[in-house]
Amino acid sequence: MALRFEILGRFNRARAAKLTLPHFVCETPLFMPVGTQGTIKGLTTSQLEEIGCHIILGNTYHLALRPTSELIHEMGGLHKFMNWPRALLTDSGGFQMVSLLHLADITEKGVTFQSPVDGKPMLLTPEESIQIQNRIGADIIMALDDVVKTTITGPRIEEAMYRTLRWIDRCIAAHKRPHEQNLFGIVQGGLDPVLRDICVRGLVDRNLPGYAIGGLAGGEDKDSFWRVVAQCTAALPEDKPRYVMGVGYPLDIVVCSALGADMYDCVYPTRTARFGTALIPEGVLKLKHQAMANDTRPIDPTCECTVCKKYSRAYIHCLATKEAMGSILISYHNLYYMMKLSRDLHSSIVDGRFPEFVCTFLQKMFPKGDVPQWVCNAMEAAGIDISSCCTPPDTNHANDVTRPDNNTSDCPKEESNEVL
Amino acid sequence: MNFSVKALSNGGGRAGLLQVGSCSFETPALLITTRKGLPTFISPDMLSSLPTPDCRLLQFSPLHLLESISMKTISEIGGLHQMLGLQEHVFAAVPRDGIISLPDYQSANKTGASFETPCGRLLIKPVQYMEMISSMKPNMWSTLADEVPAWVSEKRNKTSVDRTLRWLDDCIKSPFAKNTGGAVFGSIVGGSRIDERKRCALEVAKRDVSGFCIGGFGLGESMDERPALLNAITECLPEDKPRQICGLGLPEEVLQGVAAGIDLFDSSYIYHLTLGGFALTFGSEGIAKHGSEDRLTDSCGDGTKINLKATIYRKDASPILEGCKCYTCQKHTKAYLNHLFNTHEMLAHILLEIHNAHHYLGFFRMIREAINRGKFNEFRQKFVATRRDYIIGAASSA
Ligand SMILES: [Zn+2]
Ligand SMILES: [Zn+2]
Repeated sequence: MALRFEILGRFNRARAAKLTLPHFVCETPLFMPVGTQGTIKGLTTSQLEEIGCHIILGNTYHLALRPTSELIHEMGGLHKFMNWPRALLTDSGGFQMVSLLHLADITEKGVTFQSPVDGKPMLLTPEESIQIQNRIGADIIMALDDVVKTTITGPRIEEAMYRTLRWIDRCIAAHKRPHEQNLFGIVQGGLDPVLRDICVRGLVDRNLPGYAIGGLAGGEDKDSFWRVVAQCTAALPEDKPRYVMGVGYPLDIVVCSALGADMYDCVYPTRTARFGTALIPEGVLKLKHQAMANDTRPIDPTCECTVCKKYSRAYIHCLATKEAMGSILISYHNLYYMMKLSRDLHSSIVDGRFPEFVCTFLQKMFPKGDVPQWVCNAMEAAGIDISSCCTPPDTNHANDVTRPDNNTSDCPKEESNEVL
Repeated sequence: MNFSVKALSNGGGRAGLLQVGSCSFETPALLITTRKGLPTFISPDMLSSLPTPDCRLLQFSPLHLLESISMKTISEIGGLHQMLGLQEHVFAAVPRDGIISLPDYQSANKTGASFETPCGRLLIKPVQYMEMISSMKPNMWSTLADEVPAWVSEKRNKTSVDRTLRWLDDCIKSPFAKNTGGAVFGSIVGGSRIDERKRCALEVAKRDVSGFCIGGFGLGESMDERPALLNAITECLPEDKPRQICGLGLPEEVLQGVAAGIDLFDSSYIYHLTLGGFALTFGSEGIAKHGSEDRLTDSCGDGTKINLKATIYRKDASPILEGCKCYTCQKHTKAYLNHLFNTHEMLAHILLEIHNAHHYLGFFRMIREAINRGKFNEFRQKFVATRRDYIIGAASSA
């Protein structure tokens, strides 16, 4: 085990912790931006430090293809290769194969797929995934799991869950750098509480440094989503970090944190930036919208990032989706927003004002008091009283602001890597 | 704006001091070409990692903003500097940028100049141009020109001079002109005709302008005919006003311009290099360490630029240029840049534009130093010869 996880504060199920990894001391709850190919699109590593990013994700599948894990190893590991002094996390690569490659096939041996280089069939085994991740050298590496779509039902879910459990032992056995890299197991089991329970217990028995809740954010309904998170966080050990994979909407992060999750990743903030959408407390701001052309306010008047300090919506409107600088500036703001959200979650839990933070957050996002039912349900389970923000206050609803679709966790396949 | 010539060197070349507000710049200088006011890839915070004050001279085309934001909104925001968050920077407005706003002489007519832009073809009339200038309030702005390529007929070339002179008067006399707060640079055209170039320069010099913007270069004329044209123009211009040029980008072209007494250049060359994955590496030692031109000669052996996409850099753990003080060379290896280019990552262009801009600003510093030492001619000849030798050497060994 190459991490320390110290809980600094709690509010019911929510916790704020100090997560000490080989390369950085992180604070949770924590959003981790996705840097698929060894870079967060459009931002320098200095900017990422300035924004306050603690951990960056790399995608094993993409890195193994280019520049290859051997090359990264030869260059001294991914930290050195991309010159990122803070923490890194790599996924197993299996998810990308299943979601990006049509001809991927999962057998007991591993994931068989057609090589995108020469079209030949290739096999990614749990051992190989770990070997590649050992070469890349991230602080946290992920076990290869049998990934199935959340919307699938029937015996395939059960098969995938048991296979994930069998593969974890192969991953543990193959892991050559347990004192420098932390292997996280992934809880599978679809939306079935019985299967999830078996999987959690199986993984906890292995005493891993941390655990991820997988197979979510794939289009399931929000009530199922939070219930799975709530079930898993309740059953996972208190003293280990819990990572909900592929979750990235601010609202989802607040809800999951209330339920006791600690870490999140998603390409949403940076991808949506490239399409001209900025994250703001009220929801999202579509900077391409014609109304922005004459709006001299900053993206978010309450944001303290350099983009909001310097630029008007009107100017960003000129750049959005047209110029590289549009992506750069909106990505900067969006990641700043996500990291600020992480810091606010952390400090409000430590300072014992988590419910107030949640209520303020919800009030801004739902000024009419129309907090979605699933959020109310989840908060009730989390023991957070949000009744004050469910009564409509007498304010005008800003009509230039829209919210992302919060009815489903539609951070689908592409949300765990970012290539385009 | 204030300008004074501080030193003249043999073989042409003048070193000057350009003062704009509280900023002063030594010339010859590079204006960093922008896209809608910001560098293409270098964000404002990274821009400040480039040498100061050199990095504060920016060139922009008002036409870039025409389609997406109203002039009223720009005025409301407080003009260009405020809108771009670059209050400390100096902006020189030129309608043509050499990248995405190109003169389209066939569609120009007596009422205005035409440009090919990403928003399609735009016909810009003097009054409309002046409205843009008065809303944006750049520190310097050049008047609207009817730029024509080298191959047009004598008649068309003459028309271009006539129109450019008329539009100059239209711009200066426009009611918006009082409101700009910026220094006027009179545009000079005349194509490849020495007589027309002279006529235009002499006429513009009679007007109440603070500087000159020489247009119509880089539009099909040959390198060989350029010195005579440039000299013909600068001979007609007063010594004490700055001269800006558009369309000369390559190091040899810049040296040609400097030799003829040009003070300000644009950086569209860097943009094209960066897009192609090329990193400038010439005169590395000299630029990195303030060295003399002897060192330039020594280190030119490795060529003038490298292509970071080349397979040989796959595992190259060294920076683009040993000794370079730019952000990119301080932080990243060729191997990483090679990977970023291979995977089409935006960071590739960001990091490379930083290095190239840093490097080219360094090249201009070396030019200034050579002029100040009275050795510009030697500097130029050595530079050109070394580069030529390298190209010949590379060709014969290939
Ligand atoms: Zn901001
Ligand atoms: Zn450099």
